Amino acid sequence: MSSAGQAPAIQPASVTAGAPAYTEFHPRWYRRPVSTYWWMGNWPYVKFILRELSSVAVAWAVAVTLFQLAAINGGTSSYANFAQHMRSPWLIVLNAIAFAFLLLHSITWFNLAPKAMAVRLQGKRVPAILISGPQFLAWLAISGFVLWMYVRTAS
Amino acid sequence: MMTQTITLEVSRYSPEKDREPYFQKFEVPLKKEWVILDALNYVKDQLDGTLTFRWSCRMGICGSCGYMVNGEPKLGCATFLTQYTHEPVRIEPLRNFPVIRDLVVEIDEFLEKLKKVKPWLIHKNGNGAGEYLQTPDQLEEFRQHSMCINCLLCYAACPISGLDPIFIGPAALALAHRYNKDSRDEGAEERMAILSHPDGIWGCTFVGECTRVCPKHVDPAGAIQQYKLAAAMDGMKRFLMPFGQR
Repeated sequence: MSSAGQAPAIQPASVTAGAPAYTEFHPRWYRRPVSTYWWMGNWPYVKFILRELSSVAVAWAVAVTLFQLAAINGGTSSYANFAQHMRSPWLIVLNAIAFAFLLLHSITWFNLAPKAMAVRLQGKRVPAILISGPQFLAWLAISGFVLWMYVRTAS
Repeated sequence: MMTQTITLEVSRYSPEKDREPYFQKFEVPLKKEWVILDALNYVKDQLDGTLTFRWSCRMGICGSCGYMVNGEPKLGCATFLTQYTHEPVRIEPLRNFPVIRDLVVEIDEFLEKLKKVKPWLIHKNGNGAGEYLQTPDQLEEFRQHSMCINCLLCYAACPISGLDPIFIGPAALALAHRYNKDSRDEGAEERMAILSHPDGIWGCTFVGECTRVCPKHVDPAGAIQQYKLAAAMDGMKRFLMPFGQR
């Protein structure tokens, strides 16, 4: 991958990967270098990069959950220590960003699922909403349950 | 009466004298019924006969006239001039392919990839002679993916094709899926060996742009994800039943 601003390379046809032997009538080709910033300035590409990046937020959320479980396992003082750490402003900001990315990750994941699942019933393809819909409902139900547990224990 | 005109900015490249492509402006009549291809033909006939571009059928069947129009892969014959309100309209060769001259790109690499996925009916026993009956439902299973005209707009839209030139790419993978889904075909296993490879289906990161730009609604992105699901199920079955019949 070439970086942006670099002089475009002109390659003899024979150097280009998989080039056939005959090059008599076009002595050389122009292969445009791909810029590192190819994804900028095009919304679908930016959205894709954000979606890919959201997996870092997923990893972060998993790590936080594991630390939380370890803290619970360690007893009351250990959990209080963990909760104290989580109250630090920079962790709150980081978690807020991670939460936004997690929402993006989940929503795009559920929306893309029907693309991968071509279920056919009675000769017709099952509409996308019937595949993504139950996943969204299950997600909402589980989130609702977690929220209910939290509210119940907090009050 | 003055005819309304529109300015085109066409990418020019001559391997004999240019180090890299440059843009040349042409003013062409803006007619309601004109597509990009009509404008290019006007340039070639009236303004500059040296402009080189591919085209053939003018009706979205041959897949020859794919260009980048204002940075978007489009079929020249199916893109009306009037949909562009901001001048100039930039016409460039398809992205992610080496340029031979002006708007003409080298597609041999794609043809090699296409051959790799064995896009034909494979019969294990016998030579495939005789009738192979198929119901309308069985046809519907793959019909959408069989509409590909190899225009290569999907390769121009796919960033992976640009970053990793050995990635087999959307059209070829969709076509492999088309044959796998065909009730008359028995080559799924043969193709799986080639396609469940990092350069095959797993190279795809599901950007989804191939599906968006496809003029024939082939949905290559969907086909590749379905193929990934099939490959994962296949792998799981092998894992769970290593000696059993699959």
